Amino acid sequence: MRLPAWLAQHLAALRALLVLTVILGLAYPLLIVGIGRLPGLSDKASGSMVSAGSTLIGQSFDGDPRYFQSRPSANRYDPTATGASNLGPESVVDTLSGDPSPSLLTQVCARSLAIGKLEGVDGRRPYCTPDGVGAVLAVFHRDGLTGPVTRVVSVNQTGTPFLTTYRGVTVEPAGNGTDYRALGAVITPIRGDAPADPVVPADAVTAGGSGLDPHISPAYAALQAPRVARERGLPEARVRELIAEHTTGRALGLLGEPGVNVLELNMALDGRDNEPHASR
Amino acid sequence: MTGWIAVLMLAAALVAVHRPFGDYMYRVVSGRDHNVVERGVYRLVGVDANAGQAWGVYARGVLAFSAVSILFLYAFLRLQDRLWLSLGLPAVEDHIAWNTAVSFVTNTNWQAYSGESTMGHLVQMAGLAVQNFVSAGVGIAVAVALVRGFAARRAETLGNFWVDLTRITLRILLPLSVVFAVVFMVGGVVQNLSAGVDVTTLTGGVQHITGGPVASQEAIKELGTNGGGFYNANSAHPFENPTAWTNWLQILLMLLIPFSLPRVFGRMVGQNRQGYAIAAVMALLALGSIALTVGFETHGAGTVPQAVGAAMEGKEARFGIPGSATFAAATTLTSTGAVNSFHDSYTALGGMMPMVNMMLGEVAPGGAGSGLYGMLILATITVFVAGLMVGRTPEYLGKRIRVREIQLASLYFLVTPLIVLGGTAAAFATGNDATALNTGPHGLSEVLYAFTSAGNNNGSAFAGITVDTPWWDVALGLAMLLGRFLPLILVLALAGSLAGQHSVPESEGTLPTHRPLFVGMVAGVTVVLVALTFLPALALGPLAEGLS
Repeated sequence: MRLPAWLAQHLAALRALLVLTVILGLAYPLLIVGIGRLPGLSDKASGSMVSAGSTLIGQSFDGDPRYFQSRPSANRYDPTATGASNLGPESVVDTLSGDPSPSLLTQVCARSLAIGKLEGVDGRRPYCTPDGVGAVLAVFHRDGLTGPVTRVVSVNQTGTPFLTTYRGVTVEPAGNGTDYRALGAVITPIRGDAPADPVVPADAVTAGGSGLDPHISPAYAALQAPRVARERGLPEARVRELIAEHTTGRALGLLGEPGVNVLELNMALDGRDNEPHASR
Repeated sequence: MTGWIAVLMLAAALVAVHRPFGDYMYRVVSGRDHNVVERGVYRLVGVDANAGQAWGVYARGVLAFSAVSILFLYAFLRLQDRLWLSLGLPAVEDHIAWNTAVSFVTNTNWQAYSGESTMGHLVQMAGLAVQNFVSAGVGIAVAVALVRGFAARRAETLGNFWVDLTRITLRILLPLSVVFAVVFMVGGVVQNLSAGVDVTTLTGGVQHITGGPVASQEAIKELGTNGGGFYNANSAHPFENPTAWTNWLQILLMLLIPFSLPRVFGRMVGQNRQGYAIAAVMALLALGSIALTVGFETHGAGTVPQAVGAAMEGKEARFGIPGSATFAAATTLTSTGAVNSFHDSYTALGGMMPMVNMMLGEVAPGGAGSGLYGMLILATITVFVAGLMVGRTPEYLGKRIRVREIQLASLYFLVTPLIVLGGTAAAFATGNDATALNTGPHGLSEVLYAFTSAGNNNGSAFAGITVDTPWWDVALGLAMLLGRFLPLILVLALAGSLAGQHSVPESEGTLPTHRPLFVGMVAGVTVVLVALTFLPALALGPLAEGLS
């Protein structure tokens, strides 16, 4: 019996797929697993494990002042739910009621203020209020987008607004659950007088891409050094030495950015850097 | 400054390897001998490896293989809980399984799921990663078939699909993947079959460190311009991309095959300079786009980047801003769609560039195979436009561009914008844009990005939008399916039409297609066509956000 051509063709396709699945889907990955068992590669292939985790996977240090703190994370350093915040560059209006969620701007402002307090430095940033939310006004004009200003609301504050007046109009606090953009206001972030180059570095107030970023910038490590030294009763010079030991420069001197591995650094501070690693 | 050195190093590496590697690929696709493994494969598949196929037969082979692949992968995903190494994960939901099956078979690798919480190890390596190989193989095979159409003289056939697929997969993709999987392991990419291990963190918490056959998938993910991450965080995850040098290497791997295929084209049509001209168009557009993306991100405009002092949200410290922006440009200039940083949090204009790259039709240099055939279509349209302007008979590589050829080329160009803009409009008309995370123009950008990515088979996303609803899974699945196979059939039809023609000798009236003038014209036609098509949509999204 001869099969119709279309059926024969699909059967050939199925056979081709099965043959290729055996070669590419089983033999190939298992070969690489095998190569990964070889001495010299096996530590890396199994995840660069140390006694308190993996040197490649960042951890949260929960604000414990004895430890260097990692970058913010969109998933609290949970490797079973990796990812980023995905909030855009103009995410500036907080959702205050219902299921409240801060805008990216407010998250940045709040982190900066908290870190400033923890490290005893100036945590102010442009477009942030002194109480650590986004300094954003909803400005109503008489004719929509033009004409004199008729009403101004500080959209992220329910308490006292960061400005008393704007263009001669008294600034009101936000009402819970009001969408001022939908009412026709122009959303206007206010720059303020904070220095353009804030003391708290950029990586300290932003979440990374994976939510597992194992590194912080050398600048953020340097900012934390005096506090860690004080909390541990160590000379600051010793802490700086340890930072230098756990700083990776640019790859080949050219690629990427220098970074300090936070877990390795904290393990060295605890004297746990030579413990045998957790097993797989 | 160091960011530009990395880009220059990429350019230098591609200039150095595209000739020898292109020559190797040329020998693979034009050789006549079958080795012992290949003969075994042909016997098991039951095909005559020496039979040539007319374009229709070739196209039916591609479609049959892809249809079977989608069904097989769908069943695999639906049954994963009954198979080994499922890590206790349940069967994948029907609409996500459909979306994912189409996504991987079409070389898109759009991911409506999160790898670490949805896919077991077996389905990742024997289901998804197999499609990473063969979908790239299909793309390269179709590009080669089109070039055979240009090179042939009154021929009936375009080669044999099964032979092309087998050879490209086993002689090009597999050996390189083995090498680079090992290199990635040296960098720290994991490769094991562990279900993961719970560790006690320094502050006494519990962290579940995941495992998986990641290195083997990572190599083909970039090399085959696939882009589907083992984990949700994709190449931002330290287990997929642990260092700045693995990052550089991943960018190089995405660009390697697409930038070497013009050499194959030049060799096959017997004029290397024609290949260089095509490579030059790709390089011109790619360098321009990378420069703009890195420039916008480094400049860091927008309220939040200004407050932060740098556009660092969604970017990993080890890559930095230039290393992230270069990756973002490369992943969308090709059809890869892997991400090492999250485009949704880019500056308005920096985030527009990946969209523009995809809207170019992913031709600079484009996906594995699809980049070359897309660029040859644009070159054909350019020859036609130039012919209209100066009154010369349009011909390209000795083939007349007649009514049938220009109809097929124009349809090719129109299909994707129709899917992208139609899909975006449908999302808004049905209220499904409400799943966007961000509001205002940025919310529109998330919807537009999703359909641009699916229609062009890229797979990257403005990932804030929630797309695991039935409507989104079905709509984007259709966008990927039509965005892959309609152009592909048109390309094969064009190849068949060209193959059947005599070659016309060059004359006074022939437009030289290897000179800088032609390179500039193709680049110009590409940019103008795209600008005319997409500028209104961009004006409502990223341009509105960036200029307000």
